[in-house]
Amino acid sequence: MEILVCIKQVPGTSKIEVDPITGVLKRDGVDSKMNPYDLYAIETALRIKEQKGGTIKVISMGPPQAKEIIKEAFMMGADEGALVSDRKFAGADVLATAYTISQGVLKMGKFDLILCGKQTTDGDTAQVGPEMAEYLGIPHIANVLKIIELKEKSVVVEMDMPNTLEIAEIQFPCLLTVEKDIFQPRLPSYRKKVSTKDREIKIISLKDFEDQDEKRYGLTGSPTQVERIFPPSVNNDRETWTGTGAQLSFKMSEKLKQLKFV
Amino acid sequence: MSKLICHQENVNESNIQELMDVCPFDAIENNNGIIEINAGCKMCKICVKKGPKGVMEFIEEKVVEVDKDLWKGIGVYVDHVEGEIHPVTMELIGKAKELAAVVNFPVYCVFIGHNITEKAKELLYYGVDEVFVYDYEELNDFRIEPYTAAFEDFVNKIKPSSLLVGATTIGRSLAPRVSARFRTGLTADCTVLEMKENTDLVQIRPAFGGNIMAQIICPNTRPQMSTVRYKVMNAPEKQCEPSGKITICELDRTKLTSKIDVLKITKKEVEENISDAEVIIAVGRALKSEKDMAMIQELADLLDAQIAGTRPLVESGWINAKKQIGLSGRTVKPKLIITLGISGAVQFAAGMNSSERIFAINKDPNASIFNVAHYGIVGDIYEIVPQLIEDIKNSNAQICAR
Repeated sequence: MEILVCIKQVPGTSKIEVDPITGVLKRDGVDSKMNPYDLYAIETALRIKEQKGGTIKVISMGPPQAKEIIKEAFMMGADEGALVSDRKFAGADVLATAYTISQGVLKMGKFDLILCGKQTTDGDTAQVGPEMAEYLGIPHIANVLKIIELKEKSVVVEMDMPNTLEIAEIQFPCLLTVEKDIFQPRLPSYRKKVSTKDREIKIISLKDFEDQDEKRYGLTGSPTQVERIFPPSVNNDRETWTGTGAQLSFKMSEKLKQLKFV
Repeated sequence: MSKLICHQENVNESNIQELMDVCPFDAIENNNGIIEINAGCKMCKICVKKGPKGVMEFIEEKVVEVDKDLWKGIGVYVDHVEGEIHPVTMELIGKAKELAAVVNFPVYCVFIGHNITEKAKELLYYGVDEVFVYDYEELNDFRIEPYTAAFEDFVNKIKPSSLLVGATTIGRSLAPRVSARFRTGLTADCTVLEMKENTDLVQIRPAFGGNIMAQIICPNTRPQMSTVRYKVMNAPEKQCEPSGKITICELDRTKLTSKIDVLKITKKEVEENISDAEVIIAVGRALKSEKDMAMIQELADLLDAQIAGTRPLVESGWINAKKQIGLSGRTVKPKLIITLGISGAVQFAAGMNSSERIFAINKDPNASIFNVAHYGIVGDIYEIVPQLIEDIKNSNAQICAR
């Protein structure tokens, strides 16, 4: 079984503020970490490997510092890792990111299964996985809650639908995005940290891709444009009401109506 | 290709640190006095606008735009399981009508499934111009390849300018697949949508866990796609008479094959989780006896709310431990929270103070809950709540009678 896990480095905290006047992102501390949802994808891969054998490769896209999370994946038990990184990928939106990673995937050898976390904590879109599957021409199932059975040429999973749970069988090669809590992720091991400290992390850049058309990557390859970022409006008005019970309840029901809760 | 260039000759010792500091992504590096930009660059252009003057420059290459006149109408994906239409669909129709009015576009629905032609008539009561129905046995269950194929066929035939898809587990799986097929933009979980005169859709969405908002446009490709969560937009009122028409679409059945088999569908047992609740009624020590929970339940039912509480109520066994708000319980961030007889100790307030609207009822005008409440109501819950229940019931009755 050849398993590929897609992981991303995200800011260590989501407590990011925008300066309301300049529109500049304010970041206190530049800590970064592995996207927490990706830990579930790695754990799922490890469990499958324990049953079926094979190799687990992790792939990430980002600046050279993102090698850190690939090392972390090694500490959990991943066998190989590669980082898709190139200055020309800068400014990529979801579509360009998905295309870039799928080009990177093609350089990682044959695969049966691609696993992704359900979303990232910085972008929160949950779109990269399904878009990659489209570019790779393979089927996908999103929001997988359980791996029910691993067969020779397929996997049976439970998926989360709006009002139902569905059990479905999907043939390899395919892509799954897994929900939080599919398995409890293990902690990184110190022993593995020592034994993998010199393991090579391959860097894949545009010149390695099959499709080297620069127009498809980075800002130019991105159909969406961020016009501006701004802080969410917060409701800081405070008022205090006093009166009789009847007056207060009437005032309250009128307010709830006005706010569309009734 | 658009690019960021550095005028190296304008870089000097006095401004190099300033330049590096201005980048929120640490993408500007100093390599022995030579400025290099690494792959962390998000092209936010802050270094051009806010960095030292004349150092960074952004050179934009004009991208070929699509002919926007060829793309007309706003399409809504009908979210359903086995023909049961998800209410987010009506909300999107409501929004689509508002957007369409700005540029005089028709509103379309695309309904993909099996044995749904009859159900499609329901949509005609919400003011759509045309419902396109793909009704095939292969489309009975949501499977990604045949659903994408039907959606693709709709886009190719109708050429809608914008597409709105509900951000349900189905929509969040299907919409990205379609956007990649057309190499077009998709913005997830939009909270605000506005139409420009030139048919560009302005999309606003939260990022970084809601700590920043981003305004996004998709100016050079069509269709422009957005997903929107349930209960964000407003559904239009149901009309007495249907309007618009239903068109049955033919599709080459060889496109409907799938590598997925749905084996079994079970109803989801809904486990209430206060962390996901949109409306919460929180009760505290002012509640005198367990039987008074019935009054709280009645109010909660009227507001479609979940009941939560403080630690003393959990310890007395009146509410489940999973319903405790606070540092030793859950953190909640609902759209509305009403606290009843809660003093608002720090350990409680920390678990709820980022809620969007906070109503607090408490007898003590000095209770610290009034420091976090948007609407502080000084009074006795036993006087206010029963009357409030009556007032809400009355207002509901009025709406039905209209």
